[in-house]
Amino acid sequence: MTRVLKTVWLWLDDRIGISVLLKPARHLAPQDAKWWYVFGSATLTAFMVQVVTGVALAFSYIPSSSQAYETLVFITNNAPFGSFLRALHYFGASAMVLMIGAHMAQTFLFGAYKFPREMTWSTGILLLAFTLVMGFTGQLLRWDQTAAWSVVVASEQAGRIPLVGDWVARFILGGTTIGGATLSRFFAIHVFLLPAMMFAFIGLHLWLVFRHGISEPPVAGKPVNPETYRAEYDELLKKSGKPFWPDLAWRDVIVATAMIVAIGLAAYFIGPPVLDKPPDPSVLQADPRPDWYLLWYFALLALTPARIEGYVMILMPILIGLLLFMIPVLNHKGERSATRRPWAIAVALLSVIMIGSLWWEGQRSPWSPNFQALPLSESVVGTTTGPIFTGARLFHDKGCLNCHLVQGFGGRRGPDLTYIGDKLSRDNLVLRIVNGGHNMPAYGSSLKPAELDALAAFLEARKRSLDQEQHTAENGTRR
Amino acid sequence: MIGFLFAPFFRKSPEEWVTLGKPNDFEIGKTVAVTVLDPSPLPWAGVTAKNAVWLRRVSEDNFIAFSANCTHLGCPVRWLEGAKLFMCPCHGGVYYDDGAVAAGPPPRPLFQYDVRIENGVVRMKSVVVPISTTL
Repeated sequence: MTRVLKTVWLWLDDRIGISVLLKPARHLAPQDAKWWYVFGSATLTAFMVQVVTGVALAFSYIPSSSQAYETLVFITNNAPFGSFLRALHYFGASAMVLMIGAHMAQTFLFGAYKFPREMTWSTGILLLAFTLVMGFTGQLLRWDQTAAWSVVVASEQAGRIPLVGDWVARFILGGTTIGGATLSRFFAIHVFLLPAMMFAFIGLHLWLVFRHGISEPPVAGKPVNPETYRAEYDELLKKSGKPFWPDLAWRDVIVATAMIVAIGLAAYFIGPPVLDKPPDPSVLQADPRPDWYLLWYFALLALTPARIEGYVMILMPILIGLLLFMIPVLNHKGERSATRRPWAIAVALLSVIMIGSLWWEGQRSPWSPNFQALPLSESVVGTTTGPIFTGARLFHDKGCLNCHLVQGFGGRRGPDLTYIGDKLSRDNLVLRIVNGGHNMPAYGSSLKPAELDALAAFLEARKRSLDQEQHTAENGTRR
Repeated sequence: MIGFLFAPFFRKSPEEWVTLGKPNDFEIGKTVAVTVLDPSPLPWAGVTAKNAVWLRRVSEDNFIAFSANCTHLGCPVRWLEGAKLFMCPCHGGVYYDDGAVAAGPPPRPLFQYDVRIENGVVRMKSVVVPISTTL
């Protein structure tokens, strides 16, 4: 039996050349390339997970504005393993974004973008951009209410591009408004155009890895000199290089396997992203939010001052992309070790802190009104009669509670008013309510004098002393 | 092929007067969301052929219709009857009852449609809501 199998293998290998195809995998690599070097192959593995799960989803998905949502409901609720498959695709995308981020950070900190690997880095930056666009277009294919409004937001953003903005917005929408033509173009981009480009650029990226070799871990005091680097690298491989497959690849296999298991576990225990309401633009009770990997950008758009917002929205991504793309051109030789490049550590750390903080704010979205705010309870108001009680009711009914917190209840868009009575006098409170200011609407024309008095009475009573009295009363009742 | 792909650039948007209802369907002083259908949707548009506007009957024969899209980034604004404000859930844009910007990042007031009463029905000129095209 073994002999038959061997004969078949030798015949196939001779005719097809499988072992020749696998030859690049046996290229020599520096033996010190250890756990830090696994993120690239992990990204590739996540991409393959996306291809497999994406093709499987396409078996049931209909890219039509009128039917896509129904097919998503069917896949999620009726198709065997459909919910699990959607979850795999979602967590696969998340893993890919995380892994490509880690891969980029490691390459940057190790100075691996320097001579002769400049183009390996640049093709990687393009792959990062494709991955993010895939993430965004993938969210749109969910074609629920959030997806539909996200297309509107994307077209509005594109509209800010000088000169051609209106055209780009029309191209995104497939017309002047969201409609029948919108979804199918995103389907074509997500399923055909971008994957084809990604396959091409992954091929080029891998070819460049084979061509220039896996970079050796940096050593402080050993700068890259383009004139001598190649000879030094060849010498290093001759002296201590090991075949990537199988001597060094086992770490990649372990990490890739662990990642697939993690994707599977997350998909099984957490499930797919919840489907929102159908994509009906006439339903205005919507609260569109991007998936987690673009939440930081959502926060950036909310926090940027209005006068520079357009520049941040359009020019900043272009400038960051160009800068990343050009890094190896600007800095292609010299020290690679991060210990000799403190600015590189600072840039990486600042990027993580900035994106992390924006992501955190995006998660909280304190700038968004809290439309679910309920009237304040008696324990918060402190009374059930009189102008303070009436003021508390008005505080809810007039929408103040949508934006202001009182003892932890309400919105976070404006200042916390729990102890506003300690800070502002009654006259100042009335002035603020009537005239607005500091990003607050003026209520002068929409409040009757009696309503204004009641609101001021309620706010004036928001004092620490009142809070303490309530606590004392509550403790007394418990005793 | 290029012409096929980029046809949306050149597709003319129909500007038609669409019917919103009879005047007495709307209470004076109230602002309500009214569903408007795309005058010429693609056959497979489904629910995406629908849209909504905020319509207010100001007096017996005077109506105002506001676009439901925030002028910041197009999210759907909600009308808060008690507060007499439009609020946007995305980035916190707020508008007064006349559509003027009250707070937040919107660069312009809410877009207003032309509305008229014709042959006993309220009609609105369905036009493309302009988007911000400058930085």
